[in-house]
Amino acid sequence: MSVLVYTETAKGKIKKSSLEAVNYGSRIATQLNTSVTAVIVGDADVAELGKAGAKKVLKLKNDKLTSLDGMYLTAAIEQAATAENATVIIFSHDFTGKEIAPRLAAKLKAGIVAGAVDNPTISGDALTVKKNVFSGKATAVYAINSAKKIISLLPNSFPVELTEGTAEVADFAVNLDAVNSPIKVKEVKKVTTELNLPDAELVVSAGRGLKGPENWGMVEELAKELGAATACSRPVADMHWRPHHEHVGQTGVAIRPNLYIAIGISGAIQHLAGVNGSKTIVVINSDKEAPFFKSADYGIVGDAFDIVPKLVAAVKNFKANHN
Amino acid sequence: MKILVCISNVPDTTTKIAFSADNSTFNAAGVQFVINPYDEWYALVRALELKEAQGGNVTILHVGTADSEATIRKGLAIGADDAVRIDAEPNDAFAVAEQIAAFAKDKGFDLIMAGKETINYNGSMVGAMLAELMNLPYVSLATKLEVAAGVATIEHDIDGGTEVVECALPLVLSANKGMAEQRIPNMKGIMSARTKPLQVVPAVATDKLTTITSYELAKGRTECKFIDASTPEKLIELLHNEAKAI
Ligand SMILES: Cc1cc2nc3c(=O)[nH]c(=O)nc-3n(C[C@H](O)[C@H](O)[C@H](O)COP(=O)(O)OP(=O)(O)OC[C@H]3O[C@@H](n4cnc5c(N)ncnc54)[C@H](O)[C@@H]3O)c2cc1C
Ligand SMILES: Nc1ncnc2c1ncn2[C@@H]1O[C@H](COP(=O)(O)O)[C@@H](O)[C@H]1O
Repeated sequence: MSVLVYTETAKGKIKKSSLEAVNYGSRIATQLNTSVTAVIVGDADVAELGKAGAKKVLKLKNDKLTSLDGMYLTAAIEQAATAENATVIIFSHDFTGKEIAPRLAAKLKAGIVAGAVDNPTISGDALTVKKNVFSGKATAVYAINSAKKIISLLPNSFPVELTEGTAEVADFAVNLDAVNSPIKVKEVKKVTTELNLPDAELVVSAGRGLKGPENWGMVEELAKELGAATACSRPVADMHWRPHHEHVGQTGVAIRPNLYIAIGISGAIQHLAGVNGSKTIVVINSDKEAPFFKSADYGIVGDAFDIVPKLVAAVKNFKANHN
Repeated sequence: MKILVCISNVPDTTTKIAFSADNSTFNAAGVQFVINPYDEWYALVRALELKEAQGGNVTILHVGTADSEATIRKGLAIGADDAVRIDAEPNDAFAVAEQIAAFAKDKGFDLIMAGKETINYNGSMVGAMLAELMNLPYVSLATKLEVAAGVATIEHDIDGGTEVVECALPLVLSANKGMAEQRIPNMKGIMSARTKPLQVVPAVATDKLTTITSYELAKGRTECKFIDASTPEKLIELLHNEAKAI
């Protein structure tokens, strides 16, 4: 028996969401009296996986594993899971997780909970775990009824904890001779901003209240001073004031940073659906009746064009005094 | 081209969520149900655009009880040619995928489209499961879709960016924002929807691999603390000392 965790790198480093998943898997492994095997495609510096709690790392090797093609990757993870006799398999509920985890679940007839937010409760063969439902308006406890179980963990649900642990590292040759995917990758366009929005701890977001794309300078400056990623409401992305990948909410990206600052956003329920998991929410809006204030921890009623530049100055000042 | 669009029936986005007294079931009393926005605005509308440009047939499929028929008729009013309802309670993603796979396996669909996720259970799972059960390729979170000479060109979201892939049909995809724009059904569509075929298919035996045991409403925020607009620097101080967010 083991707990298998699928992990990935970004820009040469193990992703934060993967470290969260390994931490999570190791807590489950402790409950099950077993250990975590992390799997990763190709060559990477995997020392951090040991620090996050993996006892073993398998580097999945096959020439077909060049892209994240679900047909290949699912078969590869299945082979590793079988070799490791994995009963619980963990993914991060990110874009790859959404593509691969349910596919693997169908292959293994494993019950899956996608987007779990707490540590599971395990008793014998029974496992229950909580996830967000109704776009964050509620949570539900799911019981997995099958022997094999898959959980994908919602990113930013737990802080990463690293120890001095090390993992045994081995190559794992995957056999994909029988799998032939018709998918051909033509082009990969990586967003060039340093901060990936779903991973960001701090997010500065703005809406239609900013009147036009030319006014985003102060938003970007505030984000830069805080070391935050930028986001926006849907109309702002629809009008092409900001790129589509910044759109948060029901139909956009769901995020749960430590701090979400919303400037000139009214707080429509569909917007809240994507951000209400944030730990602290700040709302800046000229209308004291804006619904967003009901879902905020801190609010400033006032004109963004007056307040945001003052906040930029205040953050600079704060940084000067705290270094 | 034969296209199948999987539609789910969900509470309207503005619904106030409530559960039974023992928190074991969703309380649907008085709730307005709609087609899941991703399925309607993106998957269905793009399917119709492709059909209008290239010919073919668009079937909508729903796994659910007779209560969902108004939602299915809406899909027909928007322009789908015909509809299928598989008569089963949709209470587990894998079971839903098994129902759809059992129906679709010998129908020769060129393209099977799902939405990114249902806005009630937010699983993002049925499309991928269906692809595995039918041994088809799957492209998740597609934002652009073109089809020419039996090959689909799809742009989709991946971690940290987007990817453009080509894939010979048939395939399964999940539709994300960007693929098309919402269409409001016109009078003619609404009238013709009444007479378009809606086939009810009996359920097959499936595996229910998960069960929801209880629900809980999300905890609201305690109260908003207001900072005077003349002293915004106070906010930074509070975020550091009180919220420990910076
Ligand atoms: C099915 C569905 C899905 C949707 N999905 C999403 C989604 O994913 N994400 C999303 O964001 N929306 C979504 N929407 C749209 C949503 O309902 C709102 O229309 C949208 O969020 C409003 O964007 P906004 O707050 O930027 O604009 P507005 O509602 O126009 O609000 C602008 C705000 O700025 C304030 N303001 C104006 N001037 C100033 C100033 N000088 N200083 C400070 N404040 C100022 C105003 O008081 C106002 O509160 C969805 C809608 C539907 C029906
Ligand atoms: N009961 C259902 N009937 C038909 N299609 C469904 C059903 N439930 C989910 N789907 C499809 O699967 C997609 C993803 O659903 P989910 O995995 O539940 O988030 C939806 O957007 C629909 O396209």
